[in-house]
Amino acid sequence: MTRYARFVPAIYILFLLLPIYWLFSMSFKTTNEILGGFTLFPQQFTLENYRTIFTDPSWYWGYINSILYVTINTVISICAALPAAYAFSRYRFAGDKHLFFWLLTNRMAPPAVFALPFFQLYSAVGLFDTHIAVALAHCLFNIPLAVWILEGFMSGVPRELDETAYVDGYSFPRFFFKIFVPNITSGIGVAAFFCFMFSWVEMLLAKTLTAVDAKPIVATMTKTASSAGYELGLLAAAGCLTIIPGAIVIYFVRNYIAKGFALGRV
Amino acid sequence: MTLVLKDLTKRSGAEMHLHETSVRFAPEGFNVLLGETNAGKTTLIKLIAALDRPTTGEIWLNHKNLTPLPTQKRQVSLVHQFFVNYPHLTVFENIASPLRVGGVVGPEVEKRVKQAADLLRLGPYLKRRPGELSGGQQQRTALARALVKDSDIVLLDEPLANLDYKLREELREELPRLLSDRGSIVLYATSEPSEALLLGGHTATISAGRVTQFGETAELYRNPQDLETARVFSDPPINTAKVTKSGDRIALRNLASWNAAGEIASAPDGDYIVAVRPHYVSPRRMTEGDVSISGQVLITELSGSESIAHFEMGVAAGSGHSASAAADTDVWVSQSHGVHPYNVGEAHEFFLDVSGCLYFTPDGRRVNG
Repeated sequence: MTRYARFVPAIYILFLLLPIYWLFSMSFKTTNEILGGFTLFPQQFTLENYRTIFTDPSWYWGYINSILYVTINTVISICAALPAAYAFSRYRFAGDKHLFFWLLTNRMAPPAVFALPFFQLYSAVGLFDTHIAVALAHCLFNIPLAVWILEGFMSGVPRELDETAYVDGYSFPRFFFKIFVPNITSGIGVAAFFCFMFSWVEMLLAKTLTAVDAKPIVATMTKTASSAGYELGLLAAAGCLTIIPGAIVIYFVRNYIAKGFALGRV
Repeated sequence: MTLVLKDLTKRSGAEMHLHETSVRFAPEGFNVLLGETNAGKTTLIKLIAALDRPTTGEIWLNHKNLTPLPTQKRQVSLVHQFFVNYPHLTVFENIASPLRVGGVVGPEVEKRVKQAADLLRLGPYLKRRPGELSGGQQQRTALARALVKDSDIVLLDEPLANLDYKLREELREELPRLLSDRGSIVLYATSEPSEALLLGGHTATISAGRVTQFGETAELYRNPQDLETARVFSDPPINTAKVTKSGDRIALRNLASWNAAGEIASAPDGDYIVAVRPHYVSPRRMTEGDVSISGQVLITELSGSESIAHFEMGVAAGSGHSASAAADTDVWVSQSHGVHPYNVGEAHEFFLDVSGCLYFTPDGRRVNG
């Protein structure tokens, strides 16, 4: 029995990877082959799907738009969350615990609830169909998340470190950037990763708040379904490419995420 | 250089962390702040370092009011009980950090860091990060950082408490050497009376947020002016009991009595409290005048060079434990040289050297002849 026990995780991993393999394999097939029947490997290997994505501006701009607003969102979220998390971790003020909890409750409502008010508001102030509009809308979810994660990491830094720095003569800003931030880089990495991921996979708000100029890749992908039928090969290729940015980011923060789990904040 | 606290208090909500405190600290040698955990030592240190604001009162240094100045503008150094260093910087950069912030540049930084590192024998570790050092080396790094800058006040908040025995002994011997001739005022907080005695200098005893007495360490140990100071400045804990003076006799309930001598002799008749350090209570008769007290041995601690016994007074040999007397019994401690065989639970005769008795009025003030 124990001889075969090691195969259990192997089978599990195989099972998890199967859909990804299927997607990957489909991206090299023609739509006809996909619809034609069950094939384990591409019979007529083609790079046509990828060629379409990399040459058609309406496709590759989808990626560029997504990367733009995701990056803007991550930067805004971290910049706003750093001082907020510092305040929550270092000071006691009236209603601090309630405020902290209230921030988290923003994550509990489905994005659809906020889609209409955001649409109305951004249309009124002329932000509709801009990258910043999506980036700001995603802050609603990502800033609370980043505050929550960073607060955990910051509370792991002893208050005595702050005091020692002040005694050494550091002013607050100098202490914060020269001493404090370098000591929570792993926390910033983890928070940035989660902001990136949530913003990257979020579709509803991104789609509602954009039309042409800032259309994200998730919205672009819906155009594979048309009156002429489905372009499944193209959709699969686009799907494969959307995995890549997340994979790259997670590669850099993989060690920190374990630390985040240990702090109970991820 | 003089550091003066004027009517300093610290209140947080309804809690009084520091009652009105006025002290003029000694310009030379150590100023030891002696008190139990939570007595208010760290509160006092934080107030002096401006890491906390006093509720009322002022702090003066050399006729200059420090009270409104923030931490960065007071020339202070601080070493915490926990090893606090900047984890992302090398030992060299850790020690150099107060200099760099203070605007010192070029070879001067290197020279002074090397000097401080040599004093604390950190030379070989300058390139390492604090996380790669042992606890003792980490605390040395913190000390080096505190010593590298020319601070007016050096605050040491139980700097040796988290070190193991050997390192503590070693650093304790080095500290006076490191801090002498610096021209700065040194405050050293500790909860160990023996540490205060070893460091010498002056001592302020702190109890429940109150500085009970300030004076030369040895003098304070010999002549505490109130019962609280005597309690704080004694390890093992000082023995106390209610006594009654009538004429020239002192009676410890009905257990023992002796002739009033010294300070108590001229005091009026009445109730007093006697306080006796444990080494004046011996399991053997040491002098002719010793007063015999019997008691039941509760706990014993043998360290080889000395024996400590906690005993319940008034339980006479052979009588066993009497429940009725329990309400009015005191546990005393005897500390004697060498190994003394005790049988826990059995009655034993102890001898009180009355020359070691300190007398206090029932409200805790010392009886001064």
